[in-house]
Amino acid sequence: MVGCTEMIARRNLLYGSVAALAMPFVARAQSSARVVVVGGGFGGATAARFVHRADPRIDVVLVEANPVFVACPFSNEVIGGFRDIAAQRFDYRAIAADGVRVVHAQATAVDADARRVTLGDSNVLPYDRLILSPGIDIIWDALPGYDEAAGERLPHAWQAGAQTLLLRRQLEAMADGGVVVISVPANPYRCPPGPYERASLIGAWLKANRPRSKLLLLDAKDAFSKQKLFQAAWTQLYPGLLEWVSLSDGGKVIRVDAATLTFETDFASHKADVGNVIPPQRAGAIAALAGVADRTGWCPIDPVTFESRLRPGIHVIGDAAIAGAMPKSAFAANAQAKVCADAVVQLLAGATPGEPRLINTCYSLVAPRYAISVAGVYRPVNGQLTDIEGAGGTSPLNASAEQRAVEADFANAWFRTITREAFG
Amino acid sequence: MIGRALIGLAAVVVTVAATPPPGASSCSGCHGDVAPLPVISGRDAASIVKALDEYRAGTRPATVMDRIAKGFSRDEAEAIAKWWAAQK
Repeated sequence: MVGCTEMIARRNLLYGSVAALAMPFVARAQSSARVVVVGGGFGGATAARFVHRADPRIDVVLVEANPVFVACPFSNEVIGGFRDIAAQRFDYRAIAADGVRVVHAQATAVDADARRVTLGDSNVLPYDRLILSPGIDIIWDALPGYDEAAGERLPHAWQAGAQTLLLRRQLEAMADGGVVVISVPANPYRCPPGPYERASLIGAWLKANRPRSKLLLLDAKDAFSKQKLFQAAWTQLYPGLLEWVSLSDGGKVIRVDAATLTFETDFASHKADVGNVIPPQRAGAIAALAGVADRTGWCPIDPVTFESRLRPGIHVIGDAAIAGAMPKSAFAANAQAKVCADAVVQLLAGATPGEPRLINTCYSLVAPRYAISVAGVYRPVNGQLTDIEGAGGTSPLNASAEQRAVEADFANAWFRTITREAFG
Repeated sequence: MIGRALIGLAAVVVTVAATPPPGASSCSGCHGDVAPLPVISGRDAASIVKALDEYRAGTRPATVMDRIAKGFSRDEAEAIAKWWAAQK
């Protein structure tokens, strides 16, 4: 029977309209359906809109603590002084105007059995399906010496906003000849190529404005996303300025001292004039409170519906999810949100969602007019989202400056498009 | 069996008639109405299929679409193209 239902669901994708024999049944099932989405980033904002768009009869509530969202993609350009942070800010008015109920509150608890979310103001939201898109939380104290207070001296800037501006101000205040140190965690973390884009754009600013300075990238890994492309660009654009220290070469930071801006590895102690700690991360706190995070701190999901493997009725998308080969990117969160929204609407209708396919495209800037990309196409294999062989990969190593500039234009257009789909 | 199947079928049709074929919903992450990325909503399906064929074959100048097109068969690309052609 399951196979039969699947087959019909898939056939329907091809043939569209058939007689509405069970209309009264469906109408009753649908009129009362409630979907709560927690987290108003790329994943949650998109999911709320697409559930509503697929079936406006569903009561969709988007819960987000902040009235303004500050986007991470392109925030490294803000840190490099190439972009105003105003370009990163988005509000929820358009989503509310769609007919999604937007509630600015903190979700503080989830009762998966009773199917309800409790908010910080003690209000309770019952749901038939819950979509969690909580992004990441910093794991304070995972790196000895790095706590919230230390984060004011050694910003992480891995959640965009005040931290982004703090790091920018510190760079502006640094004298020429200073040392910038960035520490990069082990996998997994939000935006795998992000640390290297950040180093590149800080490098671009230093080269033009503090040319005697140095940037040290201390890494807890030996390999990273788009590595060959980044390294080739660094050799070309920032020789003698930007140095990457791999795990094998002693790059793993084991302790920081916020008072002296010192980064310690097993082999050396590096004194910074400006220090950026990209710390270890886990799924946003509500994931653990809802019981959908496992011992890794991230959330195992079914790759067809994004339903939690740990708690039925709760779906997890975006950075918080363990999405197999899909990276923790804004593009991935948005793509997952649309697949999850369709699956949720189908499940509420008693249908079985068909096997999805998802795409990720991720641009990194190594200079303002020089971008590189990685892409992937994914499908569920043995319960995991898996790379489709032969598809995907990075920009070519030997591309011309013009092609890099075209990719920078595409990156900018992508940002405008995806933020419009999520928030605009 | 047939009765239950019909109910399931009707439920799907009534509520999720607009469900895109596998892969299609990812496209709008890039393809909206912001130049220079091409608009695909409402575009002629045959021209989308042709572009994807050429990207897959490596005969069309590309940045990322050659890498993405290789993740879809001709049939899958056709379903995606038809769906986008039908969007306003």
